[in-house]
Amino acid sequence: MIHFELFIMFFKIGLFAIGGGLATLPLLKEALLDSGRMSHGEFIDMVAISQATPGPIGINMATYAGFKAAGVTGGLIATAGIVTPSLIIIILIARFMQDYADNSIVKDALAGIRPAAAGMIAAAGLYIFGNSVVMFDLFPSAGWFSLKTAALFVLLGIFYLFKKGNPVFYLLAGAAAGIIFL
Amino acid sequence: MKNLIQLFTIFFRIGLFSIGGGYVMLPMLKEEVVNKRKWLTDEEILDFYAIGQATPGIIAVNTATFVGYSQKGIAGSLSATAGIVAPSIIIITLISAFFTEFREVLIIQKAFAGIRVAVSVLLLFIVAGLIKKGAKYKTGVVIILAAFAGITFFKVSPVLIVAASAAAGIASGALRRKIIRQEKKL
Repeated sequence: MIHFELFIMFFKIGLFAIGGGLATLPLLKEALLDSGRMSHGEFIDMVAISQATPGPIGINMATYAGFKAAGVTGGLIATAGIVTPSLIIIILIARFMQDYADNSIVKDALAGIRPAAAGMIAAAGLYIFGNSVVMFDLFPSAGWFSLKTAALFVLLGIFYLFKKGNPVFYLLAGAAAGIIFL
Repeated sequence: MKNLIQLFTIFFRIGLFSIGGGYVMLPMLKEEVVNKRKWLTDEEILDFYAIGQATPGIIAVNTATFVGYSQKGIAGSLSATAGIVAPSIIIITLISAFFTEFREVLIIQKAFAGIRVAVSVLLLFIVAGLIKKGAKYKTGVVIILAAFAGITFFKVSPVLIVAASAAAGIASGALRRKIIRQEKKL
């Protein structure tokens, strides 16, 4: 019974979260914290662990909450619940796009959406830059600029400019530099 | 069958290395399916990413489902999605079973601080490439700036941005065709 409840709960969260993993946060807060299923400390732990481990944040939180509620199967079922709405909706849209790929209205709409996606990705880039290299809003008391992160940014940037290469290499280099220097 | 396994492993790897949110997957996704395998074009990735942001669900899962479907239909979307969630399931299950004070481990926080810097470098180059492509025509420049300002300064929902830009695309397309028709008449 708890499994069925978990599935429905996370299906709903997947259905109403628009705009990415962090959009699931208020919904999760309502479903887990406000309902008394989790304590405040457990909830904070869930968010912190989900942000600091590999994988999409929303999936991490679903697995964590499901595991805490009903063990390994709970984690699996909560995750299945949160991805099911995506699967259904995206398959329907993808099918529609395939069928109407030559339709001029669909083509025009996509021609408008592409630059918007570029703008949204630029905004995400600025946000993450503001939380890693210059600290726009994190730890304002510690100063807004860190020479070490700025140096790392410039160094990796110059390397990428000349060498390109696999993004995973840069992520691993960033992790290693973080452990040693930051 | 080979493609299904390939989809699973590609998205498993992307899931394993995308730390801290959906936008982190973009550089890896581009490398794997555009540069390396030539399954999709830059434009198609942008379509999927934009629609994935404006539809319900987690962006990374939406994008995986899209890419999987484009390659192998429903079976493809299922194996790509299974691939992107598998690392989370394994890692989170292990952590919640064995660690209780995870957030206090300093070395992990330091590693992630470094990873975030690397991600901003990768995104900088992706954004530069996208803007170069999108800025070829005037409407594109206007839409890029509007979408950027909408998210950064006015906290507009991505749903609204995608809907408005689709409408702008349709309107400018209709206008363009009308002009062409009138020119033909003259």
